Amino acid sequence: MFCDRAIELVRELHRAPEGQLLAFNEDGLRQVLEEMKALYEQNQSDVYDRLLRIRALRWEYGSVLPNVLRFHMSAEEVEWFNHYKKSLATYMRSLGGDEGLDITQDMKPPKSLYIEVRCLKDYGEFEVDDGTSVLLKKNSQHFLPRWKCEPLIRQGVLEHVLW
Amino acid sequence: MTEELGLPGQDSDGGSEEVVLTPAELIERLEQAWMNEKFAPDLLESKPEIVECVMEQLDHMEENLRRAKKGDLKISIHRMEIERIRYVLSSYLRCRLMKIEKFFPHVLEKERTRHEEEPSSLSPEEFAFAREYMANIETYLKNVALKHMPPNLQKVDLLRSVPKPDLDSYVFLRVKERQENILVEPETDEQRDYVIDLEEGSQHLIRYKTIAPLVASGAVQLI
Repeated sequence: MFCDRAIELVRELHRAPEGQLLAFNEDGLRQVLEEMKALYEQNQSDVYDRLLRIRALRWEYGSVLPNVLRFHMSAEEVEWFNHYKKSLATYMRSLGGDEGLDITQDMKPPKSLYIEVRCLKDYGEFEVDDGTSVLLKKNSQHFLPRWKCEPLIRQGVLEHVLW
Repeated sequence: MTEELGLPGQDSDGGSEEVVLTPAELIERLEQAWMNEKFAPDLLESKPEIVECVMEQLDHMEENLRRAKKGDLKISIHRMEIERIRYVLSSYLRCRLMKIEKFFPHVLEKERTRHEEEPSSLSPEEFAFAREYMANIETYLKNVALKHMPPNLQKVDLLRSVPKPDLDSYVFLRVKERQENILVEPETDEQRDYVIDLEEGSQHLIRYKTIAPLVASGAVQLI
């Protein structure tokens, strides 16, 4: 078990009568330090793994994380996330044109131009193309351009209705 | 699509030579770069000219669509084409970004030790992104370590702990230009080096490391 060795070393020290200095237990100490190093490295990789998952959240949910996820993150992780999304935004803006290219969209190859979607929650007015707009009310269904719907589908506002 | 737009693409190769591409040729180049990047285990040479030209192309196409008569049948087809090109471009850039993030200490080290004449694997913007990514991770690890762990433990060496791309992984390729005398290194100690010729049009499954320079030169296409 972890820490057994460390506890044993401390116990030895306590058991020794007052004033007596025990032989320096080099072996024991080395084992404990090795264990600490292993634990530290394991912890590092767990901590890093969490970071990778948080990074994935930016790609899945967009730049605003759902509150429930944010509550599971440490202050340092939130800070990391904010820096990451800023860095990503700067990069995407630099890709040319007026606003650059949002590469967090268009995640799937386009199959059809228009798709049937159902509204999962009230969203309000949604501009489609050349000025026309639709009212997205809960449970309403619409036949809309696929590329316009993608972000709303990912946010959970719309649902792609598959025949 | 090509004739109607009447747009000559431009591909400048480090300023030394200007090659005019038709839009169709430009998109073909984009698709080739995209496939190579998808299948190569390593981050390939950056192609900022292709990215820039394709972005311009997309702008032109959007502009044409705005000016087109409403209800014109061509609109749907052009729209579809724009979507397709945007998907390929986004996918290409995403693929690169993911490799940059995955191998960030090695990517930055490679750039740091690159010679002047060697082409870069990172566009200036990607380089900035990579540096920020590394700084962000270092800051985070430092903050977390300071808070939770005793100071006698070693500082983490990112170059050592983050894995390198596996250049030994196998890739499928199609030969575009005939190659002779490609040296194939053995996998096991019992085998010996041997030499193969790659015929134009042939397809192979081969270790990436063996043919990496051929991908860069355009002699083979990863599939």
